[in-house]
Parts: sequence; C-alpha cells; structure tokens
Amino acid sequence: MAKVLMKGNEAMALAAIKGGCDAFFGYPITPQNEVPEYLSYHMKEYGRVFVQAESEVAAINMVYGAAGAGARVLTSSSSPGIALKQEGISYMAGSQLPAVIINVMRGGPGLGSIQPSQGDYNQVTRGGGNGDYHVLSFGPETLQETVDLVRQAFDIADYYRNPVMIAVDGLIGQMMEPVDLDNEIPKMDLPPKDWAANGKSGERGKRNTIVSLHLDTQGLEGHNLALKKKYDEMVEKEQRYEMIQTDDADIVIVAYGTVARVVRSVIETLREEGIKVGLLRPITLWPFPEKAFEKLPESAKMLLTVEMSLGQMHQDVRMVNEGKRKLAFYGRAGGIVPEADEIADEVRKLVGGSPA
Amino acid sequence: MAKHEQVIVAGFGGQGVMLMGQMLAYAATNEGLNTVWIPSYGPETRGGTANCSIAISDKMINSPVVTRPDSVVALNLPSLEKFEPKLKKDGLLIVNDAAIKDYEYRDDVRLITIDANKEALALGNLRVANMIMLGAYIQATGIFKKDAIIEVFKKTFSGDKAKLMDINVKALETGMKLAA
Amino acid sequence: MKAQTIYKPTEGLTERQLTYCPGCTHGIIHKLIGEVLVEQGLLDTAVGIASVGCSVMSYEFFNCDTQQAAHGRAPAVATGIKRVNPEATVFTYQGDGDLASIGLAEIVHSAHRGENITVIFVNNAIYGMTGGQMAPTTLIGQKTTTSPRGREQAEAGLPLRMSEMLATVPGATYLERVSVHDPKHIRKAKKALQKAFDVQTKKQGFSMIEFISTCPVNWGMTPQDSLNWAVDQMIPYYPLGLFKDATKEEN
Repeated sequence: MAKVLMKGNEAMALAAIKGGCDAFFGYPITPQNEVPEYLSYHMKEYGRVFVQAESEVAAINMVYGAAGAGARVLTSSSSPGIALKQEGISYMAGSQLPAVIINVMRGGPGLGSIQPSQGDYNQVTRGGGNGDYHVLSFGPETLQETVDLVRQAFDIADYYRNPVMIAVDGLIGQMMEPVDLDNEIPKMDLPPKDWAANGKSGERGKRNTIVSLHLDTQGLEGHNLALKKKYDEMVEKEQRYEMIQTDDADIVIVAYGTVARVVRSVIETLREEGIKVGLLRPITLWPFPEKAFEKLPESAKMLLTVEMSLGQMHQDVRMVNEGKRKLAFYGRAGGIVPEADEIADEVRKLVGGSPA
Repeated sequence: MAKHEQVIVAGFGGQGVMLMGQMLAYAATNEGLNTVWIPSYGPETRGGTANCSIAISDKMINSPVVTRPDSVVALNLPSLEKFEPKLKKDGLLIVNDAAIKDYEYRDDVRLITIDANKEALALGNLRVANMIMLGAYIQATGIFKKDAIIEVFKKTFSGDKAKLMDINVKALETGMKLAA
Repeated sequence: MKAQTIYKPTEGLTERQLTYCPGCTHGIIHKLIGEVLVEQGLLDTAVGIASVGCSVMSYEFFNCDTQQAAHGRAPAVATGIKRVNPEATVFTYQGDGDLASIGLAEIVHSAHRGENITVIFVNNAIYGMTGGQMAPTTLIGQKTTTSPRGREQAEAGLPLRMSEMLATVPGATYLERVSVHDPKHIRKAKKALQKAFDVQTKKQGFSMIEFISTCPVNWGMTPQDSLNWAVDQMIPYYPLGLFKDATKEEN
C-alpha cells in the first residue's frame, strides 16, 4: 500500500489499532496528546474501548484490569506520566499481564520540559516500580520502524505475558513522515488466554485469579525465578540492533532513536574525510543488545555513546564493554537534539584531528 | 533529477506556517519522495513565533533535524532574524516584508521579498498570505509543479472548506507569478 | 428420622478459611455477597476486585474470577475489566483506607463516569491490616496508633462521609449505607446488595453499598463491645440509609 504522511503520535495510534488493540486508557500530557486524541475518535469506529482516565495512576490500573480480563491494551504517556505509571507496570509484570505502553519522552527531571529527550532511558530500562522485573523496551529510529514495532508489540506482550514499552523522543511523536501501516510484519503463535479473569468462570469451569501477592517466601521466590527465566528468554531471543558501517570502523558511535538518525548524517560527512566511523544502533533498550558488541571488529578501538541524556545508556555500554575498548561520551539534555556538526566535531577530536 | 531540499518555514502563530510546511510534505509523499516535517511545539506556538522544518529527498533522510537549511521562508521579522543566519550560502531566502523596513539582508543568498499581506488582502483574505509564500517557494525552487500542490489542496480544502479552494489556488498562482 | 440440611455454606465463597480476626464483620459481608451472587445467578460471570487492606486476600474467598488491585485502585481496575467485558458482573471490595484515603480519586471518578460496577465499601473507621492507624473515617476522639490522644479536628479534620459525598456526584446511580450488627440489619444489608447488583445487571450505572463494620482487635474491644460501639458511636455520625437512587428518578 502507498505510504501516507502522518504525525508520529497519530501514526502510533493507528498502528495500535492495526495491531489489534482492544482498549486504550490514558491521560493527557504533552508531547503525546495526539495519541489519545486520535484514538478517542477512531476506536469507536472499530467497536473498541477508549477511556480518558482521571490520572496516569488510574489509567495504568485500568490497563491492569483490562489486561487481566484478557484484552489487548494500550496506554501512552510522556516521561512524568510514565513515572506515575511505574507502580501499575510493576503489578502487571508481577501478575504476568501483557500491555503496550507508548512513552513519548520529554525533558526532566520533574516537570522538565516538553521538548524531545531520551532522559527516560533508566526509567525505561530499569523501571521505577518495585521488585525484580523487566519491561521489554524498544527505542525506534524512524516513524516507519516505530509503527512496525507498535503493531508487533501486542503480539510480543501477549507471548511473554509482560508489558512492552515503545520509547520515542518527543520529536518522533511530533514529526510527520510517510509510513506504510499495512506492510508485512512478523506474527507470533500465541496461546489462548485461558488465564484471564474475564467473568467467564462458568463457561471455563474454573475460576481465574490475577494476583501479584505471594505471602510465603518460598512461593514468591519460586515466582521470581519463573519470571527470571522469562526475562532470560527475552535476553536470548529479543535483542534487536542495527550495525551501520561498523565492519572497518576505527570508532563506533552507539546511539538510538532520533540521535541515531543524526549520527547517520555524521557518518556520511566523516567517511568523506576518511574517518572510519560506524554506528551501533540499539533497537531494544531492554534487553540491551550485548550481542551487537560481540560482533564489532578488532579495528574498533573506541566507542562513543551519543544520547539526549547525560550518560544513562552510557552505563550499559560500559557494562557490556567490560573495559575492552576506550569509551567516550557525548550527550545533550534539556530538550536539545544534538546537531550533526557537533557530533562530527566530537569524533574529530577523539581521532586526533582538529574540528572542521 | 536528484532531489534533496531542506527548508524552514517560520512566522507568527496563526499565519499558517505549519500548514504551508505540511503542504510540501504531503506533495513530497504523493510523489513517492521521503520527507520529514517537524514542528516547533508547545507554548511557543500559542501567539508567539511558530516554525516548522521540512526535509525532502529521494534518498533516505538521515538527520530529520534541519540545522543548515537550503531555503528559509520567513513571514515576519523575528523569524527572519532567527533563521536567516542558519541559511546555507547561496541558499534561498523568501521574506514576507509586509512589516519589515530597512533590514540589511545577507548578500550571499538568493533573496525574494514579497508583501504577501498586501497581495492576500487584494485577493480578499489576509489568511492566504501563507499560500502566496508557498507559490513563491515552489516557483523559485522548482521542487514541485503547481499541480502537485493543487492535488494537496483538493484534500485540504474539501467538505466544509471547499469554498476556500479558489482563493487558495489564486494565492498560489500569485506567489508563483511574483517569484517568476 | 431423615437427616435434613438446615444450613450450608454459600457456593458464592470458596472453601478457603477466611483470614479475618474473630468478631470482625468482614465474614458476614463476604457471605452476603456470595449469597447474592448465587441467588441472582451472577457468580459464573462475576469478577471481584480485591483491594489492599484486611481484605487483600479476598481474591481467595469469592468463588468467581478475581483480580487483586494496588492500594486504592480497585475502581480503576474494575473500570478496565468492565469496559472490555461489559457482560461481566464486576465488583470491588474495599476498606476505608483504600477507598476513602489513597483511592479517593478513583472512587469519585468511577462514580463520576457512571461506571457500571458495584462497590462494596467496608468502613470500620481504622486501618486494620497495618495495625490500627487513623483513617479518614476515624471518629473524633477515637484513639488509633497514629492518633494516640484521640483524633483531633484541628489536626486531622472531621471524618469523611463517603456515601454523602458521592451522592453529590451526578454520575452515581445507587448509594446506600447499611450495617450488619444484628440479624435485622443483616437482612436489610442483603437487600441493599441485591439492589446494587440489580442496578449493574440492568446497566443502570455506578452502585456502592457502604457497610459499617467493626475492628475488635484494633479498637481494643470484645466483639460484642465492638458491635455496640458501631451502633452507639459510628451510626450516629454515619447514618444508615439510602443516599441516592437514580433508578427512581429515571422512572
């Protein structure tokens, strides 16, 4: 099908509908408002559920309820709103419930700003809720990749019975780019949701309970270990990444989201100058794509992390690197998207040349 | 012909700069080109200056952020002052100089000035000044033919807005004529 | 003589032994809910939401689908379930700390939206599970572990009356406060529950039954003294009765 020009937030909303989203619960916050606005109009056309909740806290608990009842559920928010949802996300992970969460990231801490940021990296990959749990998280680059992942996310969430987050910076939410929403995307074989507490105990012949409470210590540890096994499976199977011109690179930039796109421009410029630079682009933020780092060539003596936050992803790069290569960091914050020129200058400095 | 163009459109909120930029992105999409439209967003767009950037290319668009535009379309003085310095050397600068007097423009760019307010009022509606600027832009760059924009108009000015079609087409043509 | 069954436990509850303290009225309230669900033929389609507090384990007791909610969020969880399964009978079971304190926004807004759910609100004027702290519903002068000299208005305000408050919410349909301190009132309470579930079955919107309940352990009284205290102290401040019935207004 021909591509259509859509605003990021609206495209994500439509992608959710196409991904089989049954219900949306959300609360207004900039810069993600076009997601609920779009769905408030269009979900009805598909006979699906839209509720504007009284708060992010209520919204995520509606998601928890609807997911527990077996529905494919979406919520969207932006950084401070995601912070409020963390409790509910922990409950969903603990109760093994699937849901898709869109996070259109803005500046922080606190109220921060409404401009694009990647300052939620820790919040996205570590979570703010209590307990040992993980949320499978994506940090896509283009609008096409974003909508493809939103459509797949419902399957992935159902497969693992775990929340999945799509984390994009505010720019991706606000910009318009042509997208194809009917292209082929991978489908997963999903078991029936025979665990759902949906008010069909009579039909089912047994009652179902959705709970994260395990009062006996042995029982809870067993549950924790079962969850861990699932997270290990995600680490094994779900690492996604892209490597661009890394084969002969002397220096590899690690960047995701909009920053990765900017870095692509940087690579073009610097390659013309004879600087061998490549890009390692994490697509999954959790699990962090460790496997990609194993594939880097010997020639890559240095890794430069570039992010719209002050060293959050860099910590993961550090952990994965285990002291093997030299590390450098360049970050912008406050809602500023780093320009290609400033990143290029940073690379020139690192390889010993002088800024152009 | 290889196409690669980065343009910033800026003016007061309410002058229709966002819409003008979107027209370019829609036209690009219709022609199968890659394009990214990025708005300034938030409180600054309420009554203050608003701007959007559009990248159009027949190749994959890497950085979606336009920092060194090939063209700047400025509809007021603050926008001119803000974006003229970012314009590439030999770039295209189109200015609605309705309320701009004694400005010293850069001499290393291609300058087109139009009193778009006066021209729009002559057509009967100040609000079509943006489409006059759009006409001037496509004429000066040759990036799209008039028909490509008319196609976009057909979708934008449909239903309740169909009555706005004629005046917007006239505005587009006026801009094209003035930039020819 | 042939043996006759003169009493058997309701099928509305599981065989799990209740975890409530002796003398507490949660058990009576559970039983009433179980009976009403069975009698109205709703058990097979019901989803009960357990909240956080003494009734946190109630997901083990109601013999239907259940989901355990975060503290205060049961009405939001119920909203999610009901919206995607409008044919299910969805009820929450919440205490006064859960509903009247941390979950105030969720209860008000689910009433406000007219969610077609039933809320069972158990008001015993104290935080039970955490060991007897002051609740928004704690009476003036009532001693708790966080109002050791008795609740003072100047410090903690006046106790919150939830049924009265929700009666001012235009979206709410049916609100009644009942007590289970004697058989007569238990029968009346059951009628109120029947009505509340009936409202939901008829898709008439939000219903809440507030139960005046007791907490002998944290009040530091015998079960009988607790019942007397509920009658003498609580009911005068929390009068029993119907606070809103919009089904009548519709007729």
